[in-house]
Amino acid sequence: MSTSRELTRLTAADLATQVRDGAVSAVEVTQAHLDRIGAVDGDVHAFLHVSGESALAQARTVDDANARGASPASALAGVPLALKDIVVQMGSPATAGSKILQGWMPPYNATVTQRLLDAGIVILGKTNLDEFAMGSSTENSAYGPSRNPWDLTRVPGGSGGGSAAALAAFEAPLAIGTDTGGSIRQPASVTGTVGAKPTYGGVSRYGVIALASSLDQVGPCARTVLDTALLHEVIAGHDPRDSTSIDRPVPRVVDAVRRGQTDGVAGMKIGVVKELQGEGYQSGVMQSFNAAVAALTAAGAEIVEVSCPHFEYALAAYYLILPSECSSNLARFDAMRYGLRVGDIASGGSLVSAEDVMAATRGAGFGAEVKRRIILGTYALSAGYYDAYYGSALKVRTLIRQDFENAYAAADVLISPASPVTAFRLGEKVDDPMAMYLNDLATIPGSLAGIPAMSVPSGIASDTRLPVGLQIMGPALGEEQMYRVAAAFEAGYVATHGAVVADAAPELEVRT
Amino acid sequence: MSSSADSVAGDGGSAAPALTRGDVDHLAHLARLDLTDGELDIYVGQLSVILDSVAAVTKVAAADIEPTTHAVPLTNVFRPDVRIPGLTQQQALSGAPSAQDGRFRVPQILGEEQ
Repeated sequence: MSTSRELTRLTAADLATQVRDGAVSAVEVTQAHLDRIGAVDGDVHAFLHVSGESALAQARTVDDANARGASPASALAGVPLALKDIVVQMGSPATAGSKILQGWMPPYNATVTQRLLDAGIVILGKTNLDEFAMGSSTENSAYGPSRNPWDLTRVPGGSGGGSAAALAAFEAPLAIGTDTGGSIRQPASVTGTVGAKPTYGGVSRYGVIALASSLDQVGPCARTVLDTALLHEVIAGHDPRDSTSIDRPVPRVVDAVRRGQTDGVAGMKIGVVKELQGEGYQSGVMQSFNAAVAALTAAGAEIVEVSCPHFEYALAAYYLILPSECSSNLARFDAMRYGLRVGDIASGGSLVSAEDVMAATRGAGFGAEVKRRIILGTYALSAGYYDAYYGSALKVRTLIRQDFENAYAAADVLISPASPVTAFRLGEKVDDPMAMYLNDLATIPGSLAGIPAMSVPSGIASDTRLPVGLQIMGPALGEEQMYRVAAAFEAGYVATHGAVVADAAPELEVRT
Repeated sequence: MSSSADSVAGDGGSAAPALTRGDVDHLAHLARLDLTDGELDIYVGQLSVILDSVAAVTKVAAADIEPTTHAVPLTNVFRPDVRIPGLTQQQALSGAPSAQDGRFRVPQILGEEQ
């Protein structure tokens, strides 16, 4: 019989095995994680909502099936998970980190949510994020920031900082993130956890509150590469409810991980992107990255330098495409069918017309960054500017995609630091939007090209003593080689250091 | 990096036109977004800085470059034309700020004289 603390330290793969073998019940596993959330989340604030009762009910379903001798619903049956609060789950409030959706109960499940439930995965609750996933620190959440378990005075990255913090605080072994410009990879990088953005279209977006529809992608997060791959296979696959969903077999990423663990990277060509280093990259990050390159070389990979000259324009293209698409997507929050409504004369306000109520509601319900991007997008899409801004940005996207294609002619995967800096202090960048945007310098090119990319911890920065992430990018639909390299790198790290980076996170003070 | 509107207007060689307070006010109206005077003051400066930073994009790509929206191009995505269950009326109204007689209740849409 494991203690509650031991259960929260286990990997998802080990937990699933123990549940399947009857060594522990899914209810005990779930309760251990709920207890952990109760003990540390007052400080970490990873969760916006904890669904204790429904989580325990889901766990009982898994235990009942086990008791009947039924085969497990999936390789992760009975394992708890933290769901980013931009993916809807029936019976659980969905806010997207915004006041405009406070108290909204979605009347349906996202496809991802349904696949998790069908797989017997236990959803513990909804995690914090920057409002509508706009940000790199969770400081844009209307419900207060999450804190980095490695140092509670620092941010856990964003927008998926809540999911990453939940993993790093051992509140959950699995989490779901969404990545538009780096919102899975950058939080993973700064919390010492693993996060993968699949090829655009690899996971259904149905039931995921839209930020920028041509960029948004749901992905798996965990503390190990194998757990991430196991979750990837649960959520990926074609969905007729998302017309951008790719109708092809799900990549065999779990097999790829096993191959990386046994065969390593011998014979693989790994490209180092010249443009994703240098100015703006912290020295401790570059030291860790260079050590990772050396480790991959020692493991038998051939390292080649590749140049992607148009990456220089990636950030600029992104900050035209994203505001344009989000200003359009967020038009749906109009105070009419769901969500907040303020000022209506029928409810004691002073505003008569729908237009005035709409403007007042959006003014009161949206936070500063959301408003900034809506105005920027409205400008970029307005008559006379559409071709110059949005149109030009989509063309730059083509040039960036071509840069990637040329690079993949020379390499199986590409690597770079996932975040140019380690976790920064709360408040450090909130008043300077451009400084905040630079956090996504390394992740945005992959988002624009729609390729799969992930962050796997490369170690601890020598200057800040905080975790650093290695970004591994595959070609479109090339998840398998990406996961193989990630698994091989992680196996090498564990062989040298005795454990994955996440296991070295400091103990948090437990409050009862 | 400057965040004041005055210095942006004075930036020589800037490709993007600096936004005026009136521009931002107009854009906010188009987006149906009430802004306070304080917000307007902040956004005028910040948006001009951001626009200045992204202006390079307009000069990079040649006219014959095709735009990209999807990593794996898809066209004509269809599904069978069959009825599937949707939300019930009660579910659809469950999050409404105001409902009446099984319908969404909304503020006045047309003006007095329309």
